[in-house]
Amino acid sequence: MTTIQTSMPEAGKVIPRSSAWDRLWINRNWLAMWFMLPAAAFLILFLAYPLFLGVWMSFTDDRIGRGGVFVGLENYEWLRDDSIFWLSVFNTLLYTIVASAIKFAVGLYLALLLNRHMPFKALIRAAVLIPFIVPTVLSAIAFWWIYDSQFSIISWSLIKMGLISHNINFLGDSNWARASVIFANIWRGVPFVAITLLAGLQTVSPSLYEAATLDGATSWQRFRFITYPLLTPIIAVVMTFSVLFTFTDFQLIWALTRGGPVNATHLMATLSYQRGILSGRLGEGAAIATAMIPFLLAAIAISWFGMQRRKWQQGTDND
Amino acid sequence: MTETIADAARVAAVLPTEAKDDHSEGMAYLESVPRRIVTLYIPLFIIVVILLFPFYWMALTSIKPDEQLIDMERFNPFWVVKPTFKHIQKLLFETNYPQWLWNTMYVAAASTLLSIIASVLAAYAIVRLRFRGAQTVGALIFMAYLVPPSILFIPLATVIQAYGLFDSPLSLILVYPTLLIPFSTWLLMGYFKTIPFELEECALIDGASRWQILVKIIIPLAVPGLISAFIFSFTLCWNEFIYALTFLQSTQNKTVPVAIVNEFVDGDIYKWGSLMAGALVGSLPLVILYAFFVEHYVSAMTGAVKE
Repeated sequence: MTTIQTSMPEAGKVIPRSSAWDRLWINRNWLAMWFMLPAAAFLILFLAYPLFLGVWMSFTDDRIGRGGVFVGLENYEWLRDDSIFWLSVFNTLLYTIVASAIKFAVGLYLALLLNRHMPFKALIRAAVLIPFIVPTVLSAIAFWWIYDSQFSIISWSLIKMGLISHNINFLGDSNWARASVIFANIWRGVPFVAITLLAGLQTVSPSLYEAATLDGATSWQRFRFITYPLLTPIIAVVMTFSVLFTFTDFQLIWALTRGGPVNATHLMATLSYQRGILSGRLGEGAAIATAMIPFLLAAIAISWFGMQRRKWQQGTDND
Repeated sequence: MTETIADAARVAAVLPTEAKDDHSEGMAYLESVPRRIVTLYIPLFIIVVILLFPFYWMALTSIKPDEQLIDMERFNPFWVVKPTFKHIQKLLFETNYPQWLWNTMYVAAASTLLSIIASVLAAYAIVRLRFRGAQTVGALIFMAYLVPPSILFIPLATVIQAYGLFDSPLSLILVYPTLLIPFSTWLLMGYFKTIPFELEECALIDGASRWQILVKIIIPLAVPGLISAFIFSFTLCWNEFIYALTFLQSTQNKTVPVAIVNEFVDGDIYKWGSLMAGALVGSLPLVILYAFFVEHYVSAMTGAVKE
């Protein structure tokens, strides 16, 4: 009661001195501008501006140490006739498609396993996520040692089992190198897919499965007609992120093979780094990076439509 | 209470014996034990072993004496006979490793702090001030989440050069928020939406300013969200590689991931011990942090995807 009594006279005083300045400070738009300012400053200075600068640089012959001049499409014409560039495009697509498909399949399978009841559930779930926590480069270094041409533990085990007679040259042979980096990527990506899909699975009501079982549904039918449709929206989002990060992957390749052997594992990102920073041809590197944008836009479009469908499924306006 | 116990006893008497002390919900009791072993435990065991093996291998190698590392005939490579701390000692006292670790931590903590402050303000403005165009700004921030570092590092290198920040940790502190702000803003928007409007209305009627509402009401209520955002952002910074590789040149300024890749790789056949020790010591802080905040971490990861 006392608070009301003391605040009453003050409130009476406030009304006469509500000047234009005071009214400005309760204006939503004016206030919001100040609240948005720090985030906007970071994102405009270090994200939006470099994005446009990168596209512009791809039309110049910029080099490290000297400014470039506008050369039109020359960088792209150069890349069009560059077999290494096309090899890197092929590698990137192969890497993205194979790794994402397997990550999805294994991740979904692992999520379904983790969703079942078992002892030490929380501990197992926590352990599964560890590959995602540890910095990619550091786990890639561990894979480098596992894939070593002389002391590989995989080769050693297979020889002891009598399956092969010589060490496998994991990172020295083109196809083995591709398979090895894809495996390392899958290893790192599965926990993310599994744990996010598990979060989606936990929202599915068990009574749906019970009802379906009473109606005589097999376990495959329960998955196909209950789990999968209810999970589709989250699958769309997770896979968009997964595809996006796999497509633009840099660190795993750089730590394991640096694009070798004979460019067999060069992705567009690593080629862009090699041409742009190491060789100093910034313009050409920027052109390779810009060539990735159409693929990213496609991924974003998929994400957008996935979310649209999610809104519709949740039934805000129809249903 | 007694009734439920009686019910449970009656149900237990009816059910087959193996389901008796099974506390599971749902239909798990319909499965027999052998079936569970084949469809659940064996596949799960294989996947978990594959997921954790590289860490076992990393830890094992970092405490293995050199002669056991390269002699796989006399010593079983899956075990270590006389463990040594030589590699870890060499790492900590004969290289710049403590300096790299400090750089990584300092850069990660500073940029995380900056991004959280910016994200709290931005998320509050988008969710609660509902200014003109708030929806559009939210969508734009989500778009920013989808712009990967791999297409930005070349133009950013020239921007950093132009600002005179090349080879300085400050460049990373300023650039990393572009990776963190979109993510944490989306996460915090989700948290702020769950805080009831009425609390704010009460505070407004009592004469609180927007700033007071944010600091005294919204932030204390959103602490779990802030912890999630903080931990996830910190991990992302620690993990970041391409910007650190591009912007930092001198040895003493490097972060752990860059230093490991560039400074340890000398054709020495005995490099593996110290390399693995470096990877292990560089991962441990994050794993320890993760062990304490598993739930926050998972909610950060899934929350950002769901929103």
